[in-house]
Amino acid sequence: MKRVATLIAASAMFALTFAPAKAETPPDTLVMAWQFDDIITLDPAEVFEFSAAEMMGNTYERLIGYDLKDVSKLFGVVAESWEVSQDGKTITFKIRQGSKFASGNDLTAEDVVFSLQRAVKLDKSPAFILTQFGFTADNVEQKIVQTGDYEFTFEMDQAYAPTFVLYCLTSTVASVVDKKLVLENEANGDLGYEWLKRNYAGSGPFALRQWRPNEAVVLERNENYAGEKAPLARVIYQHVPESSTQRLMLERGDIDIARNLGPEEIAALKEAQGIKIETGDKGGIYYLGLNQKNETLAKPEVRQALKYLVDYQAIADTIMAGQVQVHQAFLPKGFLGAVNDTPFQLDPEKAKELLAKAGLPDGFSVTMDTRNTPDITGMGEAIQQTFAQAGVKLELIPGDGAQTLTKYRAREHDIYIGRWGPDYQDPNTNADAFAANPDNSDGASAKPLAWRNAWDIPELTKKTRAAVLEQDPEKRAAMYEEMQREVMETGPYVIMFQEIEVAAMRDNVSGFIIGPSFDANQFGLARKD
Amino acid sequence: MTDAVNDTTPGERSRALLTFAVAAGRFLLMLAITLFGLLAVTFFIGRIVPVDPVLAVVGDRAPAHVYARVREEMGLDLPLWHQFAIYIGNVFRADFGNSILTSRPVVEDVVRYFPATLELATLGTLLGTIFGVPLGVAAAVKRGKFADHFVRVIGLVGYSAPIFWLGLLGLLVFYSKLGWVAGPGRLDVTYEYMLTPVTGMVLVDAALAGDWAVFRNAISHIALPSALLGYYSLAYISRMTRSFMLNELSQEYVTTARVKGLSETRIIWGHALRNAAVPLITVIALSYAHLLEGSVLTETVFAWPGLGRYITNSLQNADMNAVLGGTLVIGIVFVAVNTFSDLLYRLFDPRTR
Repeated sequence: MKRVATLIAASAMFALTFAPAKAETPPDTLVMAWQFDDIITLDPAEVFEFSAAEMMGNTYERLIGYDLKDVSKLFGVVAESWEVSQDGKTITFKIRQGSKFASGNDLTAEDVVFSLQRAVKLDKSPAFILTQFGFTADNVEQKIVQTGDYEFTFEMDQAYAPTFVLYCLTSTVASVVDKKLVLENEANGDLGYEWLKRNYAGSGPFALRQWRPNEAVVLERNENYAGEKAPLARVIYQHVPESSTQRLMLERGDIDIARNLGPEEIAALKEAQGIKIETGDKGGIYYLGLNQKNETLAKPEVRQALKYLVDYQAIADTIMAGQVQVHQAFLPKGFLGAVNDTPFQLDPEKAKELLAKAGLPDGFSVTMDTRNTPDITGMGEAIQQTFAQAGVKLELIPGDGAQTLTKYRAREHDIYIGRWGPDYQDPNTNADAFAANPDNSDGASAKPLAWRNAWDIPELTKKTRAAVLEQDPEKRAAMYEEMQREVMETGPYVIMFQEIEVAAMRDNVSGFIIGPSFDANQFGLARKD
Repeated sequence: MTDAVNDTTPGERSRALLTFAVAAGRFLLMLAITLFGLLAVTFFIGRIVPVDPVLAVVGDRAPAHVYARVREEMGLDLPLWHQFAIYIGNVFRADFGNSILTSRPVVEDVVRYFPATLELATLGTLLGTIFGVPLGVAAAVKRGKFADHFVRVIGLVGYSAPIFWLGLLGLLVFYSKLGWVAGPGRLDVTYEYMLTPVTGMVLVDAALAGDWAVFRNAISHIALPSALLGYYSLAYISRMTRSFMLNELSQEYVTTARVKGLSETRIIWGHALRNAAVPLITVIALSYAHLLEGSVLTETVFAWPGLGRYITNSLQNADMNAVLGGTLVIGIVFVAVNTFSDLLYRLFDPRTR
């Protein structure tokens, strides 16, 4: 007993000796806990991942920006003004003077032209956002041309809707990089690609100082930033994969913002002292993809029936509480022409009628590939129960993200439960995914969602292509509305929810803005009081 | 000492040298075959899992021509045997390739992640041994009594409770409620940039730099995860110690020692445990090697940037260079720990010399 007492006393001594002081982050530093193991590069010409996109949005500037509260309002950032030519094919941009990069180099039209040409020449995954205007590695030097120290022209192959072009220029791939600095680090004619993957050459409110994969990303205030200087000296992202751990760290004050909390943690923190919850609508859409190679799912009545076999509101209120809102059109709220009607709700009787019409009065059996994350699995199980109410036996096939996606892209699924986020703020981004399928053959080069679900839609594809050329915004909006309703009624998708991003933060943090896309989450003016 | 040296003739010395050279050569050959086999099995399993490694690079949205180009750049259009031959050729040139997920050379990643795991596993094994062996001895000596049942319950909980759950519970109690230890991660943000990495092990680097504030902070961070891993190995070590000790205590030499009037303390700790130590070394070495593989769940709960999480994450994304590099490290660790335990065997058991 004496030894046990000694042991306990020694342990207590040890604990007290090394007990940390009351946790608190430094007053000029914002510390965020986030899962960011998706980052594979820091080169804005290649970044296409959520977390890296947010970092790019706060460290690089782009030609154009949009109002986070009203996405329809566009304004110049690096660009001071722009003018569209008579034929609608060329835009002349004037660059704001007096801006500098974090390196101290002046930001001129030469940098902007270099950045856009570089993205096209490197031709990484997000380059299509620029190359869809007819640019190739061979012609881009003749099409994007510097015409003065602070002026350049942008010549496209067709007269695209100006808003379409401008929204594309708000995306990460159109970020302006410091030409001089990048070329100083060029190796074997790679336009500085290997270097910029891990380094920084931007002009945003923060400068990217360090990326330690799966550990931390450190941003520091850019003292050369042309806009209002960031009140915070430093922003640190800590990679904390487990959401419960994030919650404990936030409660203790070891972090200022927790970014990956689940519904249970959010509910528990709502009443917690010193913590506030902020939310913002995001563009992510949750949907079920119904493979049309499956003869049963290819029947129009079956597609319709399944849309009546999901308890949308119950899932939004429980499993995904606070993280999604019911949304049944392919364009998220806030996009030009977005339809916010929700005509489908759980109605097993109606579903049974439709199944009977399809010659399946007793239902049928089908599988669904389900990513093994708590949210997707939870949704899958809920859908399994409601499908059963009309005799549809749904077998869930769990797998990790890469595994289920590989199967989906090979069109080997029956049903796939997926999440789709827009690549840029123009409606074409989702129309091109949900409502266009230029080649439905197995060897097709483009694999939009319509292709992945083997939905052959030549007419709808034509409509999607026509909408990007419509110059009148109102007519363009009407075209997208019509397409959404058609997809809603006949499409092989059960579109269910639009994502809401939730961040729990200490109540002394202000100015952290959750934007409609990840590259629009901003903390340039965030502060801690 | 001088006499002893003079006793050996040049012939004996060269024979001894030859024996050593043959043993060393055999060991190196065994190491090479083991590692080659490990790489081959991992490589081919990695290539047949139904995950597309190109997706980890280009993402879900890349156009077809970008996908095809990257696939070719990664050499995935070549036959499997050709891909493996290229990989092995590169390994011989000490080129383990780049990780897709971190954009860094695999060697650089391993050098960063392994010390974090090494630090945690070493401390965990030390704690597990320091507490596990005496508990096991106590359980054997007090067989069937309260102490035995107590150790059994501790061991059972350690075996059966999910480490993930124990970790979260530990954080809730000792970090969140009591504030005895620091939270997840290796250091507080305030101390994060005060240390220049030398060995990559924060405790060692802080001690080398004489920065005791950082050292204290690092101890406070590592205390809980290492205690958890220590508990996990304690459960195993204490059960095995009990079993080995029961075997030794039933031997005749123990009865003889008692008849001779030796104190019970000397019999247990000086004789029985000394003999039980031989198999116990294997148990501790295996437990250590297991922790060195990286404890994915512990690393996840405690946001510990270790090798286990690195390999798991890489595997899920078919980042095969990273998986193969990590596997090689684990292979080397197993061989090294086994060799070390063989050497210890010789120290404790004269019959094996």
